[in-house]
Amino acid sequence: MSLKAFHVLFITASVALSFWFGWYELDRYTSTKAAADMWLGIGSCLTGAVLIAYGIYFLKKLKNISYL
Amino acid sequence: MEIPYTVKPRPDTGLYNAKLGIWLFLASEVMLFGGLFSSYILLRVGADLWPHGMLNIPIGTFNTFVLIASSVTVVMSWASLKLGKLDAFKKYMALTILCALGFLSVKSFEYHAKFTHYDVWFKDAATAEKYFKAAYGEEKGVEAARKLFVERFHLHNTKATYDANQVQIGGHIEGDPLCATLKKLLAAKKETIQFTPDAPFGTHDHPKPIEVKLSDVIRLSSYVPSHSTYFAIYFTITALHGLHVLGGAIVLTYFLLTADKWWKKNPEQLANRVEVGGLFWHFVDLVWIFLFPVLYLL
Repeated sequence: MSLKAFHVLFITASVALSFWFGWYELDRYTSTKAAADMWLGIGSCLTGAVLIAYGIYFLKKLKNISYL
Repeated sequence: MEIPYTVKPRPDTGLYNAKLGIWLFLASEVMLFGGLFSSYILLRVGADLWPHGMLNIPIGTFNTFVLIASSVTVVMSWASLKLGKLDAFKKYMALTILCALGFLSVKSFEYHAKFTHYDVWFKDAATAEKYFKAAYGEEKGVEAARKLFVERFHLHNTKATYDANQVQIGGHIEGDPLCATLKKLLAAKKETIQFTPDAPFGTHDHPKPIEVKLSDVIRLSSYVPSHSTYFAIYFTITALHGLHVLGGAIVLTYFLLTADKWWKKNPEQLANRVEVGGLFWHFVDLVWIFLFPVLYLL
């Protein structure tokens, strides 16, 4: 597996973590009403979206490099 | 003697030798961290009490973001070499090393905060109640003790019922000594300590310092590995991970410092070296992607 393939796997895991953590913090916000929880939740979901966009850009940029 | 297959793939494996080597190494690393994760799970499900909320989530989140960013920059440095851009490689690699140093700095700050934060256990429930009342007020003292205990231990653990004899008060000792113990304080002929208790659950207002008689204390510990099974496994895994980050940063720094020489000698070999370093770096970051939710959130 090349660095390209491992990077795709890593970004996929990071996207999953970002959205799960975003949900976790927003769910916590409903009980704590702490602004920090809300901003962490929103920020994390936004990071997840940015990582998806980055992943697409990355695949396009390195389309000529092998996955092996 | 020329080392074979540093650039071209071996016909039998289809990979250049260093790539096969790093994957064999990473397989052993998976077993190492897998063993520690398994230990964590077994210790946790077997424990009557397992604390929750002991770590600072915003700091952990920041460090997670730093490591994700470093993975992006390390792969960009490799891609820059593939595209023949040495200057861009240097820029991205320097950013990766900065991220590694940033992660380690934040982690050391986090460790220091743990080494100066204390839990104090009293000789019996009545004594504990006396100090909780002194810290949080005559009326709210017992309720604060109950709430702090329940919030620390109740989550995901139905066995964790409130036990006044197991209550500990958390906070800071005056002067913020590093890793003090009851034995050390008694050896220093101290009879009392000034103790600033943690804010009650859900607030940020620390109560005023209280004077604690050491003769009332049965145990006193900062958040070090000997504090509890939780901190033992936390420090074991995160310190091992930190060493991997440090090791990776040293190797990546070497690549950066010797890049000019390798670029002139054999640019493809340099790209392959960086790819192998990048694979290790991604593994270290992937371990953190699992560590962060397991240690900080669940």
